[in-house]
Amino acid sequence: MTGANTFQVSGYGPQRAGWARLFARDSLARRLDWPILLAALALSGIGSLLVFSATRNRTEINQGDPYYFLIRHIMNTGIGFALMLGTVWLGHRTLRTAVPILYGASVFLILMVLTPLGSTVNGAHSWIVIGGGFSLQPSEFVKITIILGMAMLLAARVDAGDKPHPDHRTVLQALGLAAVPMLIVMLMPDLGSVMVMVIIVLGVLLASGASNRWVFGLLGAGAAGAIAVWQLHILDDYQIARFAAFANPSLDPAGVGYNTNQARIAIGSGGLTGSGLFHGSQTTGQFVPEQQTDFVFTVAGEELGFVGGGLIIVLLGVVLWRACRIARETTELYGTIVAAGIVAWFAFQAFENIGMTLGIMPVTGLPLPFVSYGGSSMFAVWVAVGLLQSIRVQRPMSA
Amino acid sequence: MTNIPETGRTPRVQIRLVVIQILVLSLLGTLGGRLWYLQIREGDEYAKEASGNHVQQVVEPAVRGSILDARGVPLADNETRLVVSASRTDLLKMKDDGKAVLAKLAGVLGMKPREVMEKVRLCDSKTPQPCWNGSPYQPIPITDEATAKQALQIRERAEDFPGITAEPEAVRRYAAPGKSNTAQVLGYLSPVTDEEITKAQDTDSPYLRSDQVGRSGLEREYDKELRGKAGVTRYEVDNLGRVIGEAEADPAQAGSNLVTSIDARVQRVAEYELNDAMKKARLEWDRNTNEQYKADSGAVVVMENKTGRVVAMASNPTYDPNAWVGGISAKDYTRLTGKNSNYPLLNRAIQGQSAPGSIFKVVPTAAAVNAGYSFDGPYECSSSYSLGGQVFKNFESKGYGPISLGRALEVSCDTVFYRLSHEEWKRDGGTKPKKNANDWFYKTAHQFGLGAETGIDLPNEVTGRIPDRQWKLDYWKANKDVWCRTGKKDGSYAEKIAYENCLEGNRLRAGDSINYSIGQGDTLVTPIQMATIYSAIANGGTLYDPTVGKAILSPDGKTVTEIKPKSHGKLPISKKTLAEMDEALEGVATRGTAAWRFADVGWPQDKIPMHAKTGTAEVYGKQTTSWFATYTKDYSVVMTISQGGTGSGASGPAVRNIYDALYGVSDDGAVNPKNALLPTPQKGLPKVRTDGTIKSPKVAKDPAKEQRANQEGAAEEGGVQQAATVNTPATGNRNTRRRPRRRGSRRMLA
Repeated sequence: MTGANTFQVSGYGPQRAGWARLFARDSLARRLDWPILLAALALSGIGSLLVFSATRNRTEINQGDPYYFLIRHIMNTGIGFALMLGTVWLGHRTLRTAVPILYGASVFLILMVLTPLGSTVNGAHSWIVIGGGFSLQPSEFVKITIILGMAMLLAARVDAGDKPHPDHRTVLQALGLAAVPMLIVMLMPDLGSVMVMVIIVLGVLLASGASNRWVFGLLGAGAAGAIAVWQLHILDDYQIARFAAFANPSLDPAGVGYNTNQARIAIGSGGLTGSGLFHGSQTTGQFVPEQQTDFVFTVAGEELGFVGGGLIIVLLGVVLWRACRIARETTELYGTIVAAGIVAWFAFQAFENIGMTLGIMPVTGLPLPFVSYGGSSMFAVWVAVGLLQSIRVQRPMSA
Repeated sequence: MTNIPETGRTPRVQIRLVVIQILVLSLLGTLGGRLWYLQIREGDEYAKEASGNHVQQVVEPAVRGSILDARGVPLADNETRLVVSASRTDLLKMKDDGKAVLAKLAGVLGMKPREVMEKVRLCDSKTPQPCWNGSPYQPIPITDEATAKQALQIRERAEDFPGITAEPEAVRRYAAPGKSNTAQVLGYLSPVTDEEITKAQDTDSPYLRSDQVGRSGLEREYDKELRGKAGVTRYEVDNLGRVIGEAEADPAQAGSNLVTSIDARVQRVAEYELNDAMKKARLEWDRNTNEQYKADSGAVVVMENKTGRVVAMASNPTYDPNAWVGGISAKDYTRLTGKNSNYPLLNRAIQGQSAPGSIFKVVPTAAAVNAGYSFDGPYECSSSYSLGGQVFKNFESKGYGPISLGRALEVSCDTVFYRLSHEEWKRDGGTKPKKNANDWFYKTAHQFGLGAETGIDLPNEVTGRIPDRQWKLDYWKANKDVWCRTGKKDGSYAEKIAYENCLEGNRLRAGDSINYSIGQGDTLVTPIQMATIYSAIANGGTLYDPTVGKAILSPDGKTVTEIKPKSHGKLPISKKTLAEMDEALEGVATRGTAAWRFADVGWPQDKIPMHAKTGTAEVYGKQTTSWFATYTKDYSVVMTISQGGTGSGASGPAVRNIYDALYGVSDDGAVNPKNALLPTPQKGLPKVRTDGTIKSPKVAKDPAKEQRANQEGAAEEGGVQQAATVNTPATGNRNTRRRPRRRGSRRMLA
């Protein structure tokens, strides 16, 4: 993948030739955050193995081709990687100017989902089927545009040096910007994505330096909202059932609790080193539903054991650790907010996804970043990696 | 790169970023911790659950082995019934879950469609019976009583009945050859319990839900051998139950066959005669209680002297073991175990214990000789023996003057044994025993094997009881609280006894030793113990463990595991004393208390020397127990009838008839080998054919009735009859006319 590094960031570094230029002291390659890149690639690689293991026998979904999902997962990763490179090439500052267009486009797409063009998967009406076996989940991209949009608004006056912190009016605008797509996604209803977006908004507000009142106010509003949702029966039955099963999986082991139970059995039976790739009885016997997407972590747990599962968590930790550093080390508030938003997004989604397979979080349909099968999610997380790289690359060298 | 970059940003944001970082890492830490908890700490638990998830067992039952008599006649075997079963997996593949097929099947079987549906539904907490509580992968039996026509209808139109099979299947049957029932010896089967299933599930022979397990008798004792090994095929299945691979397959192994020493014909004679004797006893008047004898229960054992093998063992009241086949009905169960049933399930030959009365006297005789008394005596046989104010009488207060121990056995003189036992008791220190008291009379009883199991190969044998000093003490400790509470010095008889017991029940009193010497008081024995002892006297002193099982034949008949006779000791008597006792016991049959059953009524003593001892035990609050212990060279027969009257009176004719049948003796004493069922013990094992089946001779419809007819007929027509029936099979002599019975109508002599 060294070819990837031949991209030039305009206006940076003296022009040198060939390899020397590539690895020069202040070159792009030197500035890239390699740990994030390698960890993300490793996660995608592990993901393709797990997706393969989970789907090679599922003739009812893989069209008789055991490699169907494997190939697609690798393709998705490749496209995601290209998107990342494109993002770095463009640079987040360039993207900053395009934020209104991106935001508008993403909102348009999720509105499309609500029209008859959208289709329902697992109770959530959040997909647009493109055809040829491909479908799009626009709510994944909305996560990025919310981060970028809010960051643009919140950082504008601070980065210009007008104010030390965003004022109330700006915060209100930013919240409004986030609220529109969130409401639409809630109508789908895709509760998992809404939860991620709430956490993203929280992370963005925290990093923007907005007044504590806003942060705690938002937390309070979130709690009140949750109670309201519960009391006003906004949730569908399947969502309530998932939560009930989370609280007590033995309640209905054949029904709603089945997922949680089987997931836990799969992971628990893995032990220290697992049963070996392709040798998990739970996986081969297809006892865990949605195993290539939302429950992909159970394949790792069963077939690779504590070692494999732990490795995934550690790799995610590397990505998040580096992302936090990038947020802290960049000079612009815009970059800080974007990085923090991505951290909040990845961290919550990873915790929720793995947590539900381990039985410590309720079941919602969220993919595990980089690992789960699914194009939209894969593209979105790689774009996010691109943003992180771009923030790091474009900060002035402190030395 | 420095650690603190110059971001020029407010500390508020910087602090918040650190908080976010800490929060993020702690979330990941939580995941790691939980992962460790699930995989490392509880991993084994989940691994087990996972394997239960994906492996399904299909168990093929093993055919249970047969129980055969000594000649190979099946006492318990399997009959083939046509079982119609439905495969749930096949039914569920149909559009309507097989409802149409089941309805059609109900029509063929003459059942209601609802009935059939209920049988194939799976049991859970909400589903009431009937429902299937076995594995859903197992064919579910709908009926085991299909007719051949119904089975044919189903099999010939297999395409109309997908998932339905009609297969012949083995079901237990207690054949009762020649009307011999043998119920308590054979035992019975009942369905396996949840507990047993759980216990056996990881062993190499797991139980089926529908399995039957031996619960008593031989079925229980030899359950492991008879049961065989169920075949298990383990399939790996996916979440929809589709088979994705066959893990292991063990074929079913049929159970072994058990050859017993029981002879079905002798067994039938023993059962018939026991029942007949009890019926007759109920017609007799008991002068002590002024009512007819109740004869509520009884037992008889016929044993081979030189091996301890049981040829016949009957217990009365009895029941039909087929009641248990296919699950016992609630009504039958109450009838067999209820309060008013008098417990027919008990095998009174090994589980009934009562005071032995005079048949016990062989023990004090041996004890006296061991204690140094001469066999020849003479000892005073007075009509009574006084102790303080108490008078212990001889039976019917008869005196015989000074006699030997042998004569005392012959005439069953109680006072001789009272005196000897009392004397020994005094010599041991009376109520304050010496440190190393000899306790000859008690020690000898233990050496005879009393107060302990004989070791017969039947479950739940009881020990009986020898009321020695230790027992007295233990018993007093267990009961003194009750005695001391209820006992009254001037109360009723029971209250007085309780009062006395409270005061000194811990000691062996003089009266105890006197009562004990004639097998009364607290002494308890079982018929099998007495049979073992009399066999030992007959065989020269070896106490054999009684056995019913003789050999175990593998299903193919190729491997034969013989169950060899085992001894659990020798009688503690010298050859000389044994010979003297043997002679005395012969005297009982020729001129003593049993003479009116043998020598006086045409027993061929010169050809078949008979030895006997009668016993009439008194039981407080009940009528007397009849005991009769006898032996010849090869066999011992011990019979007892509770509340039946005297030993020779109630049991005598029955025992005589059993011997008549064994040896082919007629009422007039003629020995007709043609009529003999088993003049010498059965040697060898039944012949096995090359295909593994066992040759078994035919058994007459009712050997007991035929024997009676033979015996009586011969008495009247003698040689003529013999000449006329030379070519008639031994057990098929049905031409003989029944004659009025002579022996039964005879009155008691003494």
